[in-house]
Amino acid sequence: MTNLLMLIPVALVLGLLGLVAFLWALKSGQFDDLDGAAHRILFEDDDAGKPADKA
Amino acid sequence: MSSDRACLHCGSPVPAGMAGDFCCRGCEGAYALVNGLGLDSYYRRRCIDPNVRILRPDEDAAAVHDFSAHVTTTPDGLAELHLMVEGIHCAACVWLIEGLLARQPGVTWARVNMTTRRLVVRWKPDDNDAAALLAPVLAVGYRVVPYDPAKLGRETERHEKELLRAMAVAGFAAGNVMLLSVSVWAGHFSHMGVHTRDFMHWISALIVLPAVLYCVRPFLRSALTALRAGRTNMDVPITLGVLLASGMSLAETIRSGEHAYFDSAITLLFFLLIGRYLDSRARGRARSAAEHLLALDAVAVTVVEPDGTQRLLPPNRVAAGMAVFVAAGERIGVDGEVVDGISDVDTALITGESVPVAVAPGARVFAGTINLSAPLRLVVSAVGERTLLAEIVRMMEVAEQGRAKYVALADRVARWYAPVVHVASLATFLGWVLLGGIPWQVALLHAVAVLIITCPCALALAVPVVQVIASGRLLRQGILIKSATALERFAECDTVVFDKTGTLTLGKPELLRDGGWSDDDLAAAAGLASASRHPLARALAAAAPGAALAANVREEPGRGLTDGVLRLGSRRWLGIPEDDGAGPELWLERPGRAPVRFAFADALRPDARAVVGALRDRGLAVALLSGDREATVRALAVELGIDDWRAACAPADKVARLEEMKAGGRRVLMVGDGLNDAPALAAAHVSMSPSSAVDVSQTAADVVFQGTRLRPVMETLDVAATARRLVKQNFGLALGYNLFTVPLAVAGHVTPLIAAIAMSTSSLVVIGNALRLSRGRKA
Repeated sequence: MTNLLMLIPVALVLGLLGLVAFLWALKSGQFDDLDGAAHRILFEDDDAGKPADKA
Repeated sequence: MSSDRACLHCGSPVPAGMAGDFCCRGCEGAYALVNGLGLDSYYRRRCIDPNVRILRPDEDAAAVHDFSAHVTTTPDGLAELHLMVEGIHCAACVWLIEGLLARQPGVTWARVNMTTRRLVVRWKPDDNDAAALLAPVLAVGYRVVPYDPAKLGRETERHEKELLRAMAVAGFAAGNVMLLSVSVWAGHFSHMGVHTRDFMHWISALIVLPAVLYCVRPFLRSALTALRAGRTNMDVPITLGVLLASGMSLAETIRSGEHAYFDSAITLLFFLLIGRYLDSRARGRARSAAEHLLALDAVAVTVVEPDGTQRLLPPNRVAAGMAVFVAAGERIGVDGEVVDGISDVDTALITGESVPVAVAPGARVFAGTINLSAPLRLVVSAVGERTLLAEIVRMMEVAEQGRAKYVALADRVARWYAPVVHVASLATFLGWVLLGGIPWQVALLHAVAVLIITCPCALALAVPVVQVIASGRLLRQGILIKSATALERFAECDTVVFDKTGTLTLGKPELLRDGGWSDDDLAAAAGLASASRHPLARALAAAAPGAALAANVREEPGRGLTDGVLRLGSRRWLGIPEDDGAGPELWLERPGRAPVRFAFADALRPDARAVVGALRDRGLAVALLSGDREATVRALAVELGIDDWRAACAPADKVARLEEMKAGGRRVLMVGDGLNDAPALAAAHVSMSPSSAVDVSQTAADVVFQGTRLRPVMETLDVAATARRLVKQNFGLALGYNLFTVPLAVAGHVTPLIAAIAMSTSSLVVIGNALRLSRGRKA
């Protein structure tokens, strides 16, 4: 019984962490441009002229 | 890229007559611009997507667009503009656009979303203005259309995000509760203590109740809307079932009973939300196409003041009676009457006619047409809402409203399914209380079990899953389904109506090798023709790629070309007797020789004949509606064996003909591309448009297909028929499962374990059946 008392909260907290991470990602626009983000890293290195305040 | 010389900028083959590495001056300028800004690594990095418009600057790119109306100010004092970008091939394009903008003075932020092809740019309003800022992007060959982000798609985007959030919460809750439920079920066989079971139930309640309250909202809202309107829909039993099941389970938990349906309630919601999300995605796919509607209006109009000064005005600020100047190659932005100048006007957008019309003072010209050969001066007769263009768009909107009344199969099923479920559940409750003589709490439990079992989980998944898989399969072949019910309507149609120019044909004149001319004639004519933008002259030049450009060529607008010795042009100009039956043609006159005739024809799409034949083999009627001249249309109809054809149809005639067919009980599939087809596309039962079509037509069409072949018409009909069969099978499966389990539920034999198993299996069976569609034949 005692192990249950520990394992159930652990399972819930882990699940909640995943959920919160997903909701955060959704809210902060991580899913807005799936194609662009994948390719963008290939170009960024020598791009001196980019605006300074990119998020 | 072509094995021959490819243009350094746009990658298309360089015409043989051109020296250097570029196909046109625009490309040369663009290349210099990109190099000058140090962004030339773009050319090494890009990969050209053959399906996207070639990156070639528009001939009218210099025309100033009016962006000022769309510029907004952000809270920190920056100007902001939202634009849709056309012509993005790959990530390098994104990088190039952002790089070009970043190098403009005052720009603080420029970001292209590659998925939605939208650009947000912010700048300091004192340092720059929108037109100057975007000029390099236009000069490189992209097209941009400003839009208002508040109006556009925000609503659906928010809705989709809400569904996704609800789905995540439901998935989390369902997963965790399932863990607890499995242990309860296992405990059932290994004699779990009552207290442990109650403990599990309480934890389940803690997880599920908040999750249900959060996730049921999309369904609750729709159910309330339906009830308020005095109707009932699928969402009513869903909401009722889930809420009652949760409430009952809570009551059971409080009095330490064993029938807690927490897992069923939340799993049900999870599955339904998946279906709902897929549905919403399928709907929203190409809604962006509608946003291009504005594009045609975006060109500024050059107004000539009484004192002779010229001023650029957006079309909506031009008033009737003003004098307007239209340079050669410019799109005409207003309806008006020509007061000065002789030119040819390309009216393909409005009438579908492939040969330009000659205009002289007194002639009427319409917004959306292109002035080809010489400057024109017009007096504005109508602007904005009253132009022919706006009229066509309005006709299209009206026609579309009619089609919005179409009720999808799933909704028709839901219409009678929902009441049946309610009645069955109510009957169970009353039956047990009145006839069975058991306490009302237990009777309510049985009634809730009926609701859960009948909840249209499989029904609600059956259609969206098939739809998503079908549209995915078509998308891989370059066919884009834009409307949610398009496939269903496709499967129903029994008549196919084609437009001619650009649909059955490729929409470009080609020189006919009819033996009326020699290679020598062609070389001489092509030398003259290379100097002109007229479509026939271009076709002639394309037929003789080696021809050297003749010197001192002068274009006489509306007549032809001459270099002082040779004359190439219309029959009338060269004094040859008229012949109404002649198709598009050019005559070459050389001193001391008889005039030579070059005839042109708009080439058929390579598989037009095969597709028309195949459609007929399927038992579909085929008809042809064209805005072109009768002689041309008749020849084509005879060639393809189409008996039912009409020529010289105005946009309204096409709609009238379609309405006539509809009144005759026929369900019409309209395939067309021109602006003149747009109202007909919207009025037809279902419609299709090639991707070469004008934006408005693509907007009106339910399906857009790529490539030069008509084969996608057949493919879509095939997939639609298969999809309909699968949807019906899925409905059959879902209903069969209900027939089997509902009696169990009514009899009160359904335990939470049985409910959970029955529900999951029925959903999985339906999804599995739908997946058969993606296996099918490979393209």
